Amino acid sequence: MNNSSVRMKALKAAFPNTIPILAGFLFLGISYGIIMNVSGFSFWYPLIISLVVYGGSLQFVMVTMLLSTFAPVQTFFAALLIQARHLFYGIAMLSKYKDTGWKKPYLIFALCDESFSINCSVEVPDDVDKGWFMFFVTFLDQSYWVIGSLVGGLLGSLISFNTEGLDFAMTAMFVVILLEQWLKEKKHYSSLIGVICSVACLMIFGADSFLIPTMICILCLLTLFRKPIEKGGDIA
Amino acid sequence: MTLWQQIVTIAICVLATMITRFLPFAVFSSGKPAPKYIEYLGKALPPAIFGMLVVYCLKSVEVLSGSYGLPELMGILVTVGLHLWKRQMILSIAGGTVCYMALVQFVF
Repeated sequence: MNNSSVRMKALKAAFPNTIPILAGFLFLGISYGIIMNVSGFSFWYPLIISLVVYGGSLQFVMVTMLLSTFAPVQTFFAALLIQARHLFYGIAMLSKYKDTGWKKPYLIFALCDESFSINCSVEVPDDVDKGWFMFFVTFLDQSYWVIGSLVGGLLGSLISFNTEGLDFAMTAMFVVILLEQWLKEKKHYSSLIGVICSVACLMIFGADSFLIPTMICILCLLTLFRKPIEKGGDIA
Repeated sequence: MTLWQQIVTIAICVLATMITRFLPFAVFSSGKPAPKYIEYLGKALPPAIFGMLVVYCLKSVEVLSGSYGLPELMGILVTVGLHLWKRQMILSIAGGTVCYMALVQFVF
């Protein structure tokens, strides 16, 4: 097979997996662009920020940051806390991203919740190049987000919303991925640890600050239950 | 905020984000294999993360007031039901989303 047919095959295999993200990211990206527009920023801001930061929750918080007084140190630590979950994705993708050559820096640069979930859970068919598959998943996801931000930033409040609830596509996608995982497992230690820690920390710390305590709880419990989890046979 | 302060603010956000994305790779992929414990975490973390992401998506749902989280619950039940029935990812997600959109737009 020559190079271009390898790429086409990977693109064709990758695209269907990104359709829920197409719906979710266009909707959220447009919402983000609109918020930037009505906050007085030119379309260049959402366009450039979506290209270089590429992180939904941080970008929404940045709207307020950019409208407040200059506070570099506070900005740095807030951004670190909001983005800390990427540390987990990196650890989980260490082996999958091995041997991806020049694509590796981009795969890491644009590693978001959604690209991680797909690249981590989808079993790529044997005749499809894994590196290109993960590259296209990552690239398509970011394209949806950037295009959405640009459209929202250009059109601003001209767009009227009759698409309320479309972003549920992303929730549904994570639900399906968790369910698929659940059906594959014999024991459910890790899935249960994830859900229980998150719900407990959400109730204790509230919606705005539960992620970091959740991550710490997950780490502690996975470490504490390492023996039974490794024995359970769910991880190879 | 001046233009320069805005540029610095954006650059700081890029820096912090890239630290969180590149750090594991910078620490653990320089030739030698990662410690056994990190390898274990790499394999054991994903299911826990998927659980965390579902809860993260639902973090702002008001269970005690408003629509009591009913649209979300119904949307998830339809998604799970469809998936257990047909095991077709796109169908499950589309069905759950359409159900949720109909509920928030016309019912609640």
